[in-house]
Amino acid sequence: MKITLQNLTKKFKSKNKKDPNDVIAVNDFTYEIPEGKLIGLLGPSGCGKSTVLNLICGLEKPTSGRILFDGEDVSDVEPEHRGVGLVFQNYALYPHLTVYQNILFPLQNLRGKDKLTKDVMDKKVMEAAKLVQIEEYLERRPAELSGGQQQRVAIARALVKMPKVLLLDEPLSNLDARLRLQTREELRRIQRETGITTIFVTHDQEEAMSISDYILVMNAGRLDQYGRPQDIYDDPKNLFVAKFLGTPPINVFEGAIRGGKIVIGDEAVTDFDAPDCSVWVGIRPEGMTPDPEGTFTAELDRVEIMGRDTSVVCRHPACQSPTVRAVIFAKRADEVRPPDVRFALEPSKVLVFDRDTEERIRPSAEDNNEK
Amino acid sequence: MKNKNLKALLFLLPAILFLGVFMVYPLIDVLIYSFEEGYNSASQSFFGVGAYNYSYVLHDTYFLQALKNTFIIVIITVPVSTLLALLISLGLSSIKPLRNLFQTVYFLPYVTNTLAVGLVFMILFKKTAYTDGLVNMIIKMFGSGPIDFIDGPYWAKMFVMCFYTVWVVLPFKILILTSALASVKEDYYKAAKIDGTPKFRTFYKITIPMISPMIFYLVITGFIGAFKAYSDEVAIFGTDLNAAGMNTVVGYIYDMLYGDSGGYPSYASAAAILLFLIVFTVTVINLMISKKKTVY
Repeated sequence: MKITLQNLTKKFKSKNKKDPNDVIAVNDFTYEIPEGKLIGLLGPSGCGKSTVLNLICGLEKPTSGRILFDGEDVSDVEPEHRGVGLVFQNYALYPHLTVYQNILFPLQNLRGKDKLTKDVMDKKVMEAAKLVQIEEYLERRPAELSGGQQQRVAIARALVKMPKVLLLDEPLSNLDARLRLQTREELRRIQRETGITTIFVTHDQEEAMSISDYILVMNAGRLDQYGRPQDIYDDPKNLFVAKFLGTPPINVFEGAIRGGKIVIGDEAVTDFDAPDCSVWVGIRPEGMTPDPEGTFTAELDRVEIMGRDTSVVCRHPACQSPTVRAVIFAKRADEVRPPDVRFALEPSKVLVFDRDTEERIRPSAEDNNEK
Repeated sequence: MKNKNLKALLFLLPAILFLGVFMVYPLIDVLIYSFEEGYNSASQSFFGVGAYNYSYVLHDTYFLQALKNTFIIVIITVPVSTLLALLISLGLSSIKPLRNLFQTVYFLPYVTNTLAVGLVFMILFKKTAYTDGLVNMIIKMFGSGPIDFIDGPYWAKMFVMCFYTVWVVLPFKILILTSALASVKEDYYKAAKIDGTPKFRTFYKITIPMISPMIFYLVITGFIGAFKAYSDEVAIFGTDLNAAGMNTVVGYIYDMLYGDSGGYPSYASAAAILLFLIVFTVTVINLMISKKKTVY
C-alpha cells in the first residue's frame, strides 16, 4: 500500500512552564512512501521519528496535514481500522500468555463478519510463526525466550492479521550487537517474503543503510533528505546528513574556497569550481589515501588496526573534532610514518558545505553538467 | 566455610534473638498453655495435660457465635472490599482532573483512628430515645420503618459491621491497586489498541492478569486481617461484644483473658491455636490458588 504524508505537523503542548511554546515534534513532513518497500526512518534521538510512526498508525492525531493510505484520507480513522501492525522497541509481549496465545490475540479481537473459526486462526498463527521461524517455541512464555526470539514473536503478532503496513519502532535497539545483525537480516527477509510496506524507525545509520530500500533522514522534526541509502551517503544535502551517515563519521574541517581550490589551513587540497567563500569541508575517511605526493597534511597520532579495517588517526588544527580518521588498506599502513602524514584525496569523497547555512555547495561545473 | 557460617550467624543474632523471644517462644508457650488443664495463673499450677481446653472452647456457645461472626465478616468483606477497591482504582486511574484530590479523599480513612470513625458510624446508625439516627432518617424517606442497627436484629448489626469493615480496609487496597494499575506499561495498551481489542477484553485479558499478583496479595492479607478483627467491633458495639452477639474470635480470646468472665489463659490459648490453624489453612489454600493463577 502506498502511504502519502502531506504537510504532516504534530505539536505537543509544552509541559515546561518556563517555556510555554508548543513543542513541534513533526514539522511539515511531506513524503510518499512507495508500495512494498522497506523504509528506514533515520534520525537522532528526539527528532520526531517515533511521532511520525505514531501518526501513521493512529496512536497520535496530526495537528495539521493529512495521511493518505492508497489515496484515502485516514487522518481521523482509529488505529484498529487502519490495518497497520506495530512492533515496539521493548516488544510489549503479554507476559502472562504463551507465544501461541500472544500471536493469536489480535485474531481473537475480530468480531462480526470478520470473526474467524478456530481452525483458520490456528492456521494463521502457524503461518506467522513459520514466517519468523519460532514454531518450536509456541508453548513458551515470553520470559523464557531471548531478546531476538521475543522480537520475532512481536513481529509475528503484528503480521498475523496481514496488515497493509508494518511499522517497527526501534526494533533492534534492545538487542546485543550480534543479534542485531542477525535480526536485521531476518527483517529484510520477512519483508521480502510478505511484500508488506514496512517502515522502521532507527537512530542507527548503519542499520538503516544496510537493509532499507529507501532512507528518510529526519532532523528536528523535519524531513532533511530521502533516497536510496548509497545516494544519500554519496550526495548528502547538508552537513547534518553528511555527519549522521557513515561510520567512522566524516571528517569536517574549517576551510575556504580560494580561486577555484579548496583550502584547509594553508594547503590547497583539491580543485573546486565555485566562488570564493568560507566553508565546511567534509572528507569521508575512505577518501584519504597516504601518499607522499598528497596534497593534505596531518600530524599522525596513531594507527589502529581493527580486524579488517586499518584507521590512521591524525590531528589537524582546522578539524572540528579532536582527531581526523582515515580508513586505508592494511597494506599501506607501513607507509604511514610520524610525525606528519600526507594524504591524497579522492575528489568525490570531498564534500563542501556553506559555513552559515550548512547546505551543500556543489561545484559549478557539475551543476552545468546536470543541466 | 565454617568461619563464614559463624559470621553469618553473628549478623543474624539480633533478629533471631528478637524473633525468638517475642514470636517463637510465645507461640510455643501458647501451644503448651492450650494443653494444660485447669491452669491457674496465680499459683502457676495445673491439674493435668489433655485436650479438655479445646473441647470446652468448641462447646462454648459464645465461641461458636464468635466463630460464625468472624466467618461472615471474612466471607463478605474480603471480596466486596477488593472488588470495590478495584472499581474505584480503575475510576481513579482513568480520570485526569482532580485525581490527586480524589486519591487523598479515598486515602483519608487510612490515617484516621478506628475508634473515632467507629463512633461516627455508631452515631449515624444508632437509634436513641431522641433520634432515629441519620441512616434511619434516610430509610424513612423511602417509606420504611426505623431499624435499630446497633441494638437491633442480628442481620442489621452484621450489616453495619461489614459496611464499616469494608470502609476501613478500602483505602489501603485502593492505594495498592492504583499503583499496580499505574505500573502496567503503556505499550501493552497501545499494542492492544492497534489490534482493535475491545475495552472490556483489554481489561479482562491484559489489565487483570498484569495486576493479579497484587490482587492476590490483597486477598491474602485481607483474609488474615478479617480473621483477626476485633477493634472494629469494639468501636461500634462497645466492649461487651458477647451481650451484643457480635463477638469475634479475637474478641473471645480477649474476654477469656481479661474480660469480666476472664482469667482463663488456657481457654484463650486453645481458642488462639484454633484461630491460628484456620488462618494458616486459608492462607495456604490462597497461596496455592495464586501460584496456579499467576504465571510470571
